Amino acid sequence: MEDESFTDINGKAISLDCQSHSSLCREFTVSSPKVSIGKVMVFTCSVWLVAYAVFCFTENTAVLSSAILITLVGMILHIHFVKIDHESLLVIDCLGIQLSSSYASGRENTTFIEMSKIKDIVINEAVYMQRIIYYLCILLKDPSDPNAVSSVVPLFQSSKPRLNCLVKVYKSCQEILSKC
Amino acid sequence: MVLKIFFPQCCNRADSGLLVGRWIEGHDSAVVLAVIHYPFIPGQVKQYIQQMQAQSRVELSVLGSWSLPKEGQEGMESFLRDLSTIFPQGRWLQISRQMGKTGFACQVLNRDQNGKAVQKEVKKKKENEEGGGEKEEEEEEEEEEEKVIFVHYEQRKAMLSQLHPEENGVPDATADPPSELRQVFQTVAHSEPLFFLDRYDDGPLKSTHWQSEGREASIVVELLKQASVPLCLLVSWLLSVWTWICNIRILSVYPVRFLSSKLSTCVQLSYRTEHMKTLSSPKPAATHTHFMRKANILVSFMVDVALGLLLISWLYRENRITVLANTLVPAADHVAKELEELLQWLMGAPAGLKMNRALDQVLGRFFLYHIHLWISYIHLMSPFVERILWYGGLSACLGLTFALSLLSDMVALLTFHIYCFYVYGARLYCLKIYGLSSLWRLFRGKKWNVLRQRVDSCSYDLDQLFIGTLLFTILLFLLPTTALYYLVFTLLRLVVVLFQGVLHLSVDFINSFPLFAMGLRICRPYRLAEGVKFRVLCEEPGTALHLLMEINPLKCSTVVQTYRTPTYSCYPKDSWAALVKKLFVGELIYPWRHKTTKID
Repeated sequence: MEDESFTDINGKAISLDCQSHSSLCREFTVSSPKVSIGKVMVFTCSVWLVAYAVFCFTENTAVLSSAILITLVGMILHIHFVKIDHESLLVIDCLGIQLSSSYASGRENTTFIEMSKIKDIVINEAVYMQRIIYYLCILLKDPSDPNAVSSVVPLFQSSKPRLNCLVKVYKSCQEILSKC
Repeated sequence: MVLKIFFPQCCNRADSGLLVGRWIEGHDSAVVLAVIHYPFIPGQVKQYIQQMQAQSRVELSVLGSWSLPKEGQEGMESFLRDLSTIFPQGRWLQISRQMGKTGFACQVLNRDQNGKAVQKEVKKKKENEEGGGEKEEEEEEEEEEEKVIFVHYEQRKAMLSQLHPEENGVPDATADPPSELRQVFQTVAHSEPLFFLDRYDDGPLKSTHWQSEGREASIVVELLKQASVPLCLLVSWLLSVWTWICNIRILSVYPVRFLSSKLSTCVQLSYRTEHMKTLSSPKPAATHTHFMRKANILVSFMVDVALGLLLISWLYRENRITVLANTLVPAADHVAKELEELLQWLMGAPAGLKMNRALDQVLGRFFLYHIHLWISYIHLMSPFVERILWYGGLSACLGLTFALSLLSDMVALLTFHIYCFYVYGARLYCLKIYGLSSLWRLFRGKKWNVLRQRVDSCSYDLDQLFIGTLLFTILLFLLPTTALYYLVFTLLRLVVVLFQGVLHLSVDFINSFPLFAMGLRICRPYRLAEGVKFRVLCEEPGTALHLLMEINPLKCSTVVQTYRTPTYSCYPKDSWAALVKKLFVGELIYPWRHKTTKID
């Protein structure tokens, strides 16, 4: 279990956790930084200040209660649907690869891809806004043409680690995949 | 090569015995279905397996032996190893477990051509790490390394679940063989006859599987199954009577058929008849899709009828029908009065625009007379309105969708004069636009070539040009009047169409939403599986890898998309741009045209 200091493409610190369950099975977890209290405070204070200002003009208490409701609902939706806590990759020799992303509220979204559908894991370059970034992706086989690639599944999409982190994961995965 | 063994969780604490299951060729994996306990007679075991194979059409075989020694049971190891000679297999698995430890140990015996058992031991990670010189030599002497992964699955859930996307029908020979996981699920699902032997059976064999504590059954389900046969017969008899009535010659006359295709109540009736035909077939559903469709149709119909009865119970108390009937005729009068005021406004100087007085008066008087006729008809019908509403409201006992379709039809009938005005206005406007465009081409010296579908230049005579230009001027200056009438009546018509559209959309929603599939997804999520997910079970050092395979349920949006009952499509058949273009040119628009989709 190693824990060097890695960053994502925007410079925020992330952490990588490699766990080797056996010679056949490895798990990689990339964790994003948690929701910061400062941001939450700034958000709620600004919303409530605006609501209070509107209340001062309109003298309608519904504005205040709706502001509270909006803040609560917005935060719940954010931690349940938007904020990803960590993403993990589980590679099992000769069985397949499982990708899972878990949200801040604890919800997990898992996909399993069987080994027979996987062609390879590679690091690809992509044009992202005004820069070029690297991302790790799984190439899926085309059932009709064994040499062609039917689709690409990108990994670690929300945490977007930098190349040093990707290279580490890539090397580890290739060790397992090459055996099968 | 890695050997994958799918082991059911119910057999984790089973007594020692033989493993029965299936080898999945091509993927180097085995699915364990049950454990047959010692004591047994090998001949009876072989007979039982052949019997099960014939019933379930799954290639069952004895995979190997399982040993969980309790206290006082020693010496099973050599006995179980000798069993491999009795059951000739390509590979013989010897899985053993110690009480108190969670890990399994597995030895694989391979048979080479001489029939001698060659033993290959499982390579454990700890041994590799401890490797000194001696171990490395031993590794070089070994021909292959055999690693084992144990995948634990819950047997009952795997048996009941259905992997999506489904593969229905006969798979063609050129298609790829199904994937490993799909084969595992299919094996467990088809091996139902194997799970009928429970511990209360007095037969010679005792086995452990998910149902070995006693067969599960539900009284409600059994009663429903018994009751469904006479119900199906009754429904199919009623349907045959109904189709005979519908096919009477007098109802096949063209006007009646045209009317019944336009009225949404008749369309909904025919649609429900088709549903009933699907439901009342006495054969049980062959495939999963068919079963889900039948179940969805049944549940939708029940909910529909329940909602309809709720509506009836609300509508028929406190004389609401009389109140409704008494407000209907005054409401129609009010609408007519508003329309008359609108026309008077148009005949004057609407919004400050100056209209052509003569044309204005003609159109205004024509529409006013139309309204007068319509009001007279409404007043003629007013004594019967209450009766009609009373009997019409009873139709809601067939379902809320019928009540809504009836409401939509009644709105269409009551606003028929608005529809007529719209058609007159649109036709007039359309004619004018075509005339204007054609004469404009004449004005510029061009002509529309019908053969080549393009505009060509043309030399006209002087009198043709003179008359054409004159007509063009007349039409151009009469354009604002016609355009205004057209605009006003199109807007009214669009309001009515919008209201009818909302009703049709809700009918469509009630018809097509898969309530049963959604309920199944919420209450029994393992039945509809999108895939699987694995979790690494806490391992002890020195044992093979143990994984827990859980079912990943389908997303709700995919459930709705897959199991949506096909309906007559009720969406607008034009895109927004085409609609605006039609409005501009003056073509008649029918935004809610019913199309029947083919139900396979």
